[in-house]
This record gives sequence, structure tokens and C-alpha cells, in this order.
Amino acid sequence: MLIIGAGPTGLFAVFEAGLLKLKCHLIDALPQPGGQCSEIYPKKPIYDIPGFPEVLAGDLVNNLMEQIKPFEPGFTLGERAETIEKLEDGSFVVITSRGTKHNAPVVVIAGGLGSFEPRKPPITNIANYEDKGVAYIIREPEFYRGKKVVIAGGGDSALDWSIFLSDIAEEVTLVHRRNDFRGALDSVEKVSELSKIGKINLVTEAEVVGLQGEDHLESVVIRHKGEASDEEIKETDYFIPLFGLSPKLGPIANWGLEIEKNAIKVDNSYDYQTNIPGIYAIGDVNTYRGKLKLILCGFHEAAIMCQSAYQRIFPDKKYVMKYTTVSGVNGFDGSKKEAKREVVKSIN
Amino acid sequence: MSDIKITVIDREGEAHVVEAPTDMNMNLMEVIRLHELAPEGTIGICGGMAMCASCQCYMLTHDHLLPEMTYEEEDMLDQAFFVKDNSRLSCQIPITNELEGLEVKMAPSNEE
Repeated sequence: MLIIGAGPTGLFAVFEAGLLKLKCHLIDALPQPGGQCSEIYPKKPIYDIPGFPEVLAGDLVNNLMEQIKPFEPGFTLGERAETIEKLEDGSFVVITSRGTKHNAPVVVIAGGLGSFEPRKPPITNIANYEDKGVAYIIREPEFYRGKKVVIAGGGDSALDWSIFLSDIAEEVTLVHRRNDFRGALDSVEKVSELSKIGKINLVTEAEVVGLQGEDHLESVVIRHKGEASDEEIKETDYFIPLFGLSPKLGPIANWGLEIEKNAIKVDNSYDYQTNIPGIYAIGDVNTYRGKLKLILCGFHEAAIMCQSAYQRIFPDKKYVMKYTTVSGVNGFDGSKKEAKREVVKSIN
Repeated sequence: MSDIKITVIDREGEAHVVEAPTDMNMNLMEVIRLHELAPEGTIGICGGMAMCASCQCYMLTHDHLLPEMTYEEEDMLDQAFFVKDNSRLSCQIPITNELEGLEVKMAPSNEE
């Protein structure tokens, strides 16, 4: 099974599939598994996971990873699922943003609210300069050697990259809306130091509101204190807005699946299959009558979905649902977990 | 059960007077969602943890009756766009009797 999205629901699907001897591979746009739990709120406690009065989101992910380890899932991380194609044999090929191809008889979309993408500031012509001076992610710092760079944002990534690029770029300007920065204290202090010695040009209570240049970015318009009358034009080679990530349904929206309220419609709670047979949607990404966006509901959907997927992959096989307390967990790695048999010694 | 009336101006500029229960442990973002005043997926993305800014609203009245901003909320508004002096994350505004007659305007969505 190919699972798109390595959040809690996608991870638990590996376990349920494993019990049915189905092997899984997961794709996720984020560089680490866990989805929102790892990306947005790893340190937040969750109180409604059955059996856990309180568990940190990050710990829940770690536990799930431990739980699915015997089933040796494959991971393709940091790549977004872009396109899907149905082959003649009924299986699917999914190609990622980096061109990795995955072929599987069943595709499960457990994509949550979508793939996390950089938040783009609302500057009208910003799209015209993407890859022509505007970048939302710094992939190769050396690329900026000897260049003029304007960074916008007040969080850790804006601070850290300003510090890092101050040694590489010819000039680094950090523009932030407020005087206060939210980043780690030592990063804030370091930026302040570098600003004093002129290695970072710190511009606070200001925003980048415009971009200018013929074919490539040549300058940005910086507005001070929200006053349109107080604007300056700053020459630069690159503008890097770093305002965090937000989830977007993204390319999945164009896969021919029925979409309702920004979610994928499934055939109610029967097996969570979409309008395309063989493609399932589970967890926060799906919608049906009575849907609840809860992690525990995602787990339930994963279990139900696996039964249906199994029948689709092995139409001639009969499967009897088994309890782990009875059958244990037989890993693909040869490991076997099972309940200890209690031997009661007879008393002579 | 006690309800208060709140006026929400949606992202298209249309004003809606809605009832909000004070005894359901609800916040303003949840009230806006309950009445479907913004498309799903464009509001309350993080669920109400002050960890996205999709529920940003401009508070037009009751300024002095609103709870103080927490560090997390301030933090998040810092990363948001279209922020004004009266911007708040509506998920951080619990519905209480004091907010009877509150008027808010939803900030534009950055999620297209």
C-alpha cells in the first residue's frame, strides 16, 4: 500500500495493514514523520487518545513509529505527491515533487489538511519573481555568496538564516514588523550583536510591501510603521520571506477526486474509499456525513480501510479478523510479539 | 442556556448577526465555524491552539473586555499577514456574557 501522509493516521494504517501482511510505503512533504503533531505542536499534550490520559503529540508519534517498526514501512520524506496515474493492471503510479515514482495496487491518502508549504506574503506581484529573486526556502546557502539578500520574518528561521547568511552574502537585511523577535533568545542576541557591528542591516517596525525589477528582482519596497508615506526602496538580489508553513491540499485537489469543503469525499463509513476505486482517504483529509476530525477517528478509519484494501488486493482470499491479544504481532523483520502463556504449576 | 449576539463581518464584507452560547466553553473561532461564515479549511486550521493565523479577526468593539493576549497568540500574529492594531486570533477569545453585542471583522484569508 502506498500511503500519502505520515501523520498519526497514516502511521497507524501501517500497523493495521501489517496485521494483514500488507507492506506499506509512506510519502510526506515534511522532512520528518508525524504530520501536524511533529510540525505544529510536538510539545502540546493530547488528552483524547484512548488509554492515554495525557500524551505529548511528539511522544504519540514516537510511540506510533515504535509500534509500526516490525512492519518495516518505507519512507519518502521531504517530497510531495504530485501526480497519480492508473495503470492497465489497476495499480497506481504516484510521482513526487522530486520525480520519485511509486507503484502500488492501493493508494491511501492520509494527508491531513494537506502538505505544508511556506506562507507567502500578500505582495501582489510576488509570483512573478519566484525563482527570479524570491525564494521561500533556502536550499543552498552558497547560492547567496556575494549577493544582497533581504529576509523578512521574526521567527527562528528568519533569525537563524540572517545569522548564517551574514558570513556568506555581501549584505543581509532583516525586515520585521515589530521590535520584538520570537526566536530563541541566543539567536535574538546574536542578531542584535551582528546588527551593531554592521553585519546585519536590521529594519524593524517595517514590512516589505512591493517588489521591483525587469526580469529579475532588483529592489524591494520597505514600508515603515505601516505608513504609505514612509517607504524606502532597497536594492537587493534576493528576497526571502520566512513566515512559517501552512497546510494546503495542493496537487491532490487535481486528482479527479470528489472534493467537498476542502476535503476528499468518501463513501461514508463503509470503507473510506473515494470516488476512484482503489484510492482511499482517511483521517482529517476526508469528509463524510458525521465526520469528526479527531486522531482517534483517523485510527478507526485506518483499520476499516485496511480490510477493504486487503480484499481489493487479494480478491480471492478470505480473511478472518484477528485480535493481537490472540495472534500477537508478527513483524516482517522476523520479530514476534505475543502474550506470555501463564503456566500454573501444580501444587503437589 | 444563555446566548449572546455577535456581529461577524465575513471576508466578503457581509455582516451576520449570530447567536453564541456562553455555556458551551466555546471560542469566537468556533462560533464563526459553527455558523459556516468562512469555508472549511480556511479557518481554524490548527484547531484553536493559536498555532496558525487562519482565524484572525479585527475586533471592532469591546476592546477593554477582551482577554489579554498570550505569548503564543502574539507570537502567531507576528507571522500573520494583514495584521492591524485590533487584530486578534478569534480562537483565543472565549465567549462570555460580557461580549454581548461584540462586532468583529474577519481578516482576509491567505489560503486562497
